[in-house]
Amino acid sequence: MKKTLAFLSLAAVLAAPLSAQAHRAWLAPTSTVLSGNDAWVGFDAGMSNGVFIPDHAAMRLNGLTITAPDGSTAQAENVTQAKYRSSFDLHLSQPGTYRVANVGSGFMASYKQGGEQKRWRGAEAEFATAIPADATEVQATRTDSRTETFVTLGEPTDLKTVGKGLELAPVTHPNDLAVGEAATFKLLKDGQPAAGVDVTIARGGTRYRNNPEEITVKTGADGAFSVTWPEAGLYWLGASVRTAGVNGQPGSNASWNGALEVLP
Amino acid sequence: MRKLPLVLTAAGLAAAPAVASAADLSVSVELPRISSASYHRPYVAVWIEKPDQSTAQTLAVWYQQTRNNEGDGKDWLKDLRTWWRKGGRAMALPADGVSGPTKAPGRHAVTVSAAQLRALPAGQYNIVVEAARELGGREVVRVPFRWGAANTGAGTGSTELGAVRVAVTR
Repeated sequence: MKKTLAFLSLAAVLAAPLSAQAHRAWLAPTSTVLSGNDAWVGFDAGMSNGVFIPDHAAMRLNGLTITAPDGSTAQAENVTQAKYRSSFDLHLSQPGTYRVANVGSGFMASYKQGGEQKRWRGAEAEFATAIPADATEVQATRTDSRTETFVTLGEPTDLKTVGKGLELAPVTHPNDLAVGEAATFKLLKDGQPAAGVDVTIARGGTRYRNNPEEITVKTGADGAFSVTWPEAGLYWLGASVRTAGVNGQPGSNASWNGALEVLP
Repeated sequence: MRKLPLVLTAAGLAAAPAVASAADLSVSVELPRISSASYHRPYVAVWIEKPDQSTAQTLAVWYQQTRNNEGDGKDWLKDLRTWWRKGGRAMALPADGVSGPTKAPGRHAVTVSAAQLRALPAGQYNIVVEAARELGGREVVRVPFRWGAANTGAGTGSTELGAVRVAVTR
């Protein structure tokens, strides 16, 4: 068991700070539905097996992008990185919905040189020159990851889709979720419906119960999936889409992780 | 300017239907006396709900009207979760004749004239009363009533709310 965990940790370190391979990436808000003239929300971000339980690795917030209701970019305040979690605050100063996302993209390749398996990670522009001339079995992959959540001051407002990587397009507003009700979202990859993708849905608080109570749903042809929330709580949602490279073109690995709050 | 005649005194409201005013719809809300070392008066919302659970009209919202060192009173309106989601968040507050200060334990009446409900078609509705208390709980009580003819309805809460009585006089 210990060995397995150690291996998983290593795998997570090898994977980019943003990709959720063995561990799950999460960005958790202290609250999501707010009233008043203005409000503050705190966020924790990390990677761990138990979602929202900071016990493995802090998330690097290099790609933190906060979009205010009017489309402008908002700034995080009090940004810190602790051992197991990164934290920051957001001052909500305008009514509507804020999209808070840590976004990353990269390029990686695996190849064989002299019978030895090697890996390379860097910018796509450097790829052509970075791989040795005698490399064989070169497999290149574009990676896109998005770890995000949403918070609303006052009335929820529409969210614009991003059009890059894997993302959640709301049908039901992500800050309008109530226990016992059904919610529908669409998963998009590069702006197009991502069909037949498994979405994992896990409610936080696993430390205090024995059953993880995970739900897996598959997206339909239009990329849509629905879930009827069985309990109130903060839920983690995760999905990824891998596409193999063909004809010398790189493959892709796009992942999306979200935190959505369901109120009683 | 629309003004709802809010009757604020507790006296004489036990018999809500008999309230002497031009009320065509009256709602009596009982806030129970709760023994707590840190009692705070609850936030309360009273609204008319359509059969599909959407909101027809908010009749009253009682919340802290001022800013104190903990924040502005509107910061906690979201704790009236059901009302907030079903319509409160879409309102501009304070709303004339709707917003009011928090109330002490006892019976309180919300009275509305037919003129103020002229946009409400005759039919079956619920009066919904929601109470949320700092360091306390939250409770929602629904009382069915008919708009368009005289009738009464009653319900009761078990924790944050006592008796809720609805009377339509015409």
